[in-house]
Amino acid sequence: MASELRDTIPTFGESGEGGDEVDLTNWSALTSSNLASSWRDIGLIALVAVIVIGLAEFAVKAFNIKPYILPAPSAIGRTLVTRFPDLFWPHMKITLMELGIGFVIGAAIGLVLAAVVTQFPLVEKIITPYILLLVTTPMIALVPLLILRFGFNSIPRIIAVALAVGPMVMINSSTGFRRTDLAKIALAKSYGASTLQIFTKIRFPLALPMIIVGLMVGAIFGMLTAVGAEMVGGKNGLGNQLMYWSSMVKMENFYAIILLLALMGVSIYIFFYWFGKKYASWQA
Amino acid sequence: MSPLMTVERATKHYKTQTGSVHALENLNLEIEKGEFICILGPSGCGKSTLLWAMSGLHELTSGQVVLNGTPVTSPRPEIGMIFQEANLLPWRNLEQNILFPFEIKKIDPAPAQPRIKRLLEEVGLAGFENKFPRELSGGMQQRASIVRCLSYDPEVILMDEPFGALDAFTRDEMNLLIQRLWMETGKTIIFVTHNVSEAIFLADRVVVLTPRPGRLAHIFPVDLPRPRTIEMTFEPDFIRSVIEIKRTIETGVYTPQAAD
Ligand SMILES: Nc1ncnc2c1ncn2[C@@H]1O[C@H](COP(=O)(O)OP(=O)(O)O)[C@@H](O)[C@H]1O
Ligand SMILES: [Mg+2]
Repeated sequence: MASELRDTIPTFGESGEGGDEVDLTNWSALTSSNLASSWRDIGLIALVAVIVIGLAEFAVKAFNIKPYILPAPSAIGRTLVTRFPDLFWPHMKITLMELGIGFVIGAAIGLVLAAVVTQFPLVEKIITPYILLLVTTPMIALVPLLILRFGFNSIPRIIAVALAVGPMVMINSSTGFRRTDLAKIALAKSYGASTLQIFTKIRFPLALPMIIVGLMVGAIFGMLTAVGAEMVGGKNGLGNQLMYWSSMVKMENFYAIILLLALMGVSIYIFFYWFGKKYASWQA
Repeated sequence: MSPLMTVERATKHYKTQTGSVHALENLNLEIEKGEFICILGPSGCGKSTLLWAMSGLHELTSGQVVLNGTPVTSPRPEIGMIFQEANLLPWRNLEQNILFPFEIKKIDPAPAQPRIKRLLEEVGLAGFENKFPRELSGGMQQRASIVRCLSYDPEVILMDEPFGALDAFTRDEMNLLIQRLWMETGKTIIFVTHNVSEAIFLADRVVVLTPRPGRLAHIFPVDLPRPRTIEMTFEPDFIRSVIEIKRTIETGVYTPQAAD
């Protein structure tokens, strides 16, 4: 793509070519889903949530469902709140640490690879199948192997997280970096912009919405992978605790952790939604 | 006095998968300092090709463009380009868009601030500095892009059908604005259009190109007094020029009108 401005006089009005490619995800995932925008909305959402949980509570009691299948929501909530500091937080810390480190490593590599590779269409064509392979292979499957090599500690999990995050970030960011807007690049060049300036001032901002989507999807996949890897082996982390409490038939604890994981997932989503609104709201 | 800018034997062939497109053929042009030149021709006749070569963004197959005595081989600080659409960066607000050239050129915008402020007032965009492009109309966006171009005070301004995407009323307004800015700043403007009236309205000289490959058909001097008004475009003199130029475009050669 180095020669893209060689001779092409950009056709205006259809800027951002390559931006409409079908990919695993797209930006509409962030913009079309309506997050609560006013206190009225929030109130309504809370009300519905209370009704749903209330119905669940009622159903558990009314149909006499055994606590080892589904404890009452109130019992789960109480367990989560009262046992969080001593029982859950120490393990959540570990899961977050694995997720955090794995995410940073994977995202950094994915982002850099995407930025570099999209500049060389041939290289991109050659490595895309491998990236797709990485995206579609559940990284949890590699964990037993990694454990053999690194032992029962956080390292296999961090590697698995990085392997899950990296390709997700890479594939989405590539879509972003591929939407070269020739008119805007020509604009920068007319002021004498260097290749680096064109990257930082045009290509990167243009790609940012898709990069944020990639980071969001990557973070959520990373979390799933971290928990899954903890379930495979080791002595700590929320995934490990899920296995432990279900084997002990302590279902309040089990469901409290499920609830905690759901909260983590939603927080990741909200964080990137907010981030996108703040730094890439020009799109859509 | 030698001309400010010359186009010498400009020829351009585009290589495509299906062969080569001959876009520009042996075109010569001399532009004096402070002139307002319109380059006129039907779509696809090579106007953009010529202008982009003059800007240094694209290369010619043969021939050269010379500005201030040196060949133009890459974008030059004396040249400012205004595109077919405003081409503002959607992730920057108006002020950040106008300061974009300074950022790329790594020059301090502080000394230019009074000029930028004056220009914004002149084009009616004062108070819109914090707005994002999507919050502005097409005309406002194009005015912003004019301010962006004038902000760093280039000597030559190249405009490639800058008002082609605007409606007729907004286009008239923009033409008046461009004339006023040109008269005030004394810049040299090379303005590409496929609109005959627009060309006559604005230009000191209208350069008419032939259909592909673009060759020089004729150069029409326009000696209507300035400042020109929209009303003048309805007068017989003006309409006669329009007809004359249209005939030249159709036939590709200039035939002085036989006595009607
Ligand atoms: N990058 C390109 N590759 C091949 N042909 C091109 C390219 N750019 C322009 N052309 C052709 O060259 C001719 C002149 O184009 P252009 O300068 O854009 O015309 P105008 O601006 O007068 O409409 C047209 O026939 C166009 O199809
Ligand atoms: Mg054109």
